[in-house]
Amino acid sequence: MKRVGHPEPARDGDDGITRRAALARVAGIATLPMLLGVFDADAAPLAYELKPERIGDGVWVVRGAQEAIDRKNGGAIANITIFDTSDGAVIVDTGPSKRYGLALDAIVRQLTGKPVVRAYLTHFHPDHVFGNQAFAADAIAAPKGVVDGLADLGEAFASAMYHAAGDWMRGTEVVAPGRTLEDGTEQIGQRRFRAQTLAGHTASDLVLFEETSGLLVAGDLVFLDRAPTTPHADLARWRHSLDALGAISDRALVPGHGPVESGARGVGQTRDWLAVMEETIRNAFERGLSQNEAIAEPLPEWTGRIALARYEYERSVMHFYPKLEAGSWPRIDRAG
Amino acid sequence: MAMRAALKWVTLVASAMAASTATAGPAADPLGSVMWNDMKAQFFGDAPVVFDDRVKVSIPSIVENQAQVPVTADARALGDVKKLVVFADLNPIQHVVTVLPVKAAPYIGLSMKVEQATPVRAAALLGDGTWHVGSVYLDAAGGGCSAPALARKDADWSDTVGHAQGRMWREVDGSARVRFRVRHPMDTGLARDNTPAYFIEKLNMRASDGQSLAEVEIREPVSEDPTFTMIVRLPVSDKALTIDGRDNNGADYRSVIPVAWRQSDAAAAKPGAVK
Repeated sequence: MKRVGHPEPARDGDDGITRRAALARVAGIATLPMLLGVFDADAAPLAYELKPERIGDGVWVVRGAQEAIDRKNGGAIANITIFDTSDGAVIVDTGPSKRYGLALDAIVRQLTGKPVVRAYLTHFHPDHVFGNQAFAADAIAAPKGVVDGLADLGEAFASAMYHAAGDWMRGTEVVAPGRTLEDGTEQIGQRRFRAQTLAGHTASDLVLFEETSGLLVAGDLVFLDRAPTTPHADLARWRHSLDALGAISDRALVPGHGPVESGARGVGQTRDWLAVMEETIRNAFERGLSQNEAIAEPLPEWTGRIALARYEYERSVMHFYPKLEAGSWPRIDRAG
Repeated sequence: MAMRAALKWVTLVASAMAASTATAGPAADPLGSVMWNDMKAQFFGDAPVVFDDRVKVSIPSIVENQAQVPVTADARALGDVKKLVVFADLNPIQHVVTVLPVKAAPYIGLSMKVEQATPVRAAALLGDGTWHVGSVYLDAAGGGCSAPALARKDADWSDTVGHAQGRMWREVDGSARVRFRVRHPMDTGLARDNTPAYFIEKLNMRASDGQSLAEVEIREPVSEDPTFTMIVRLPVSDKALTIDGRDNNGADYRSVIPVAWRQSDAAAAKPGAVK
């Protein structure tokens, strides 16, 4: 969702204009030259190239790009975990679109020779759950808070995703999980998945620990080398969840975004980011800065090594400023 | 005499510029908006218009919520500005606010609704009758103007209409930076639920002797629960700033922000700044 600077002329590819551009012209939208760059984005065929990394015996991660959702990456920015079990494949999160879900299903069958029998959803954000369509709803399991959140905001997420990722989203619809997941252990084949629902990144964040591999899948409670997102964050609860994860962070940990390694660095870095982000915003707020002035505030030098630091800081200003204004300014409309 | 000479010089430069651009026609919109000529006629009539980077429009690089897009318009670099207008070419209602900075900085921070990607502009009127326009292009998914106000989901919204909150800070130059919000649905009249237009249309900021410091004409695109940042020259002896508001249903709102001077933002931010 970058700002479009200057209008670009429509660009006809070798094999003619794209279907969207043609449709846009039919609809008369082409009379607004500034929008054409958007409709004419890429001539390349849209296909996700999923490259699973083997991180253990029968365990793979498909790494998301350390980027914002855009028309180049098609929203494939979150990590997806794949487990082979004797009863079928288990995945954690389904990706950003129907097209991604189908590609994921294909790669899972290729890796394991089996269909997906369980897809756990860590939380309700669209980059993690909009691949649901490719899987049987009955195989998709998520905590009640995730199911409710998706029912409430799924359609709004869908329109935002269509805008940000464009044609990659074609045919994508919101699919509700067929199973509500309770905290506890589920045995699938030789593997045991222990589910625990925490919160803070959203109102309901699932953490999965697979006992056989010793792997911890942390969802978006942990970001590594990529700035955390905060549209539905509760920072106090998030810190509390990080404390819980910190106690077991010597395990191999799959963050929602970022490389797989022992969890200590991801947990620590997420905690450090939340502290710096919150302090910078609160400081700007207490000095009376407007939102755009707060957005222009400097960040500590170390955050320069974190992908999307300024971008996510900017978003966080917009998430937290209205809450601070409503929550901390005194009433001024009554004498007293 | 100096002023006359300066004016003459400005006139010469202006005519030289006019001559140099004669073949190119009037100054082209740097954003190439198809609506520019309409905007020019609507907001400026026949008055001279120049594009001027000193009129700064700040927006985020990403639209997080189309119903609440922060926009800051700042023409302080121009000096004595008579009027500051904010508008968005491709919004169904283009006009956002007009500020009369009687004793105030030509500056306003607010949040607005956007219906689609659009140029956002601030235009500052100078004493010589020239409009100076700053522009940015805002990308957005849209729907901000035709989405019902969030408050409409809440049956008790009318209990809080007019509730206001805010604070004031002293700027380095002694003027008062004020930030405040007023609870109000700010219905555009364009929402899918057919709610008629219902919005705060006027704010007047006054010193304790009643003199007007700034007037703000507010239009439908300003976000629900409008939140403003302004900088007024409140007399140092004043104990409070009064903000009078009125909505298009005729309801009056009055807020009083007592002076409780806090450490200035700029002084706190920049060590060594002169107080």
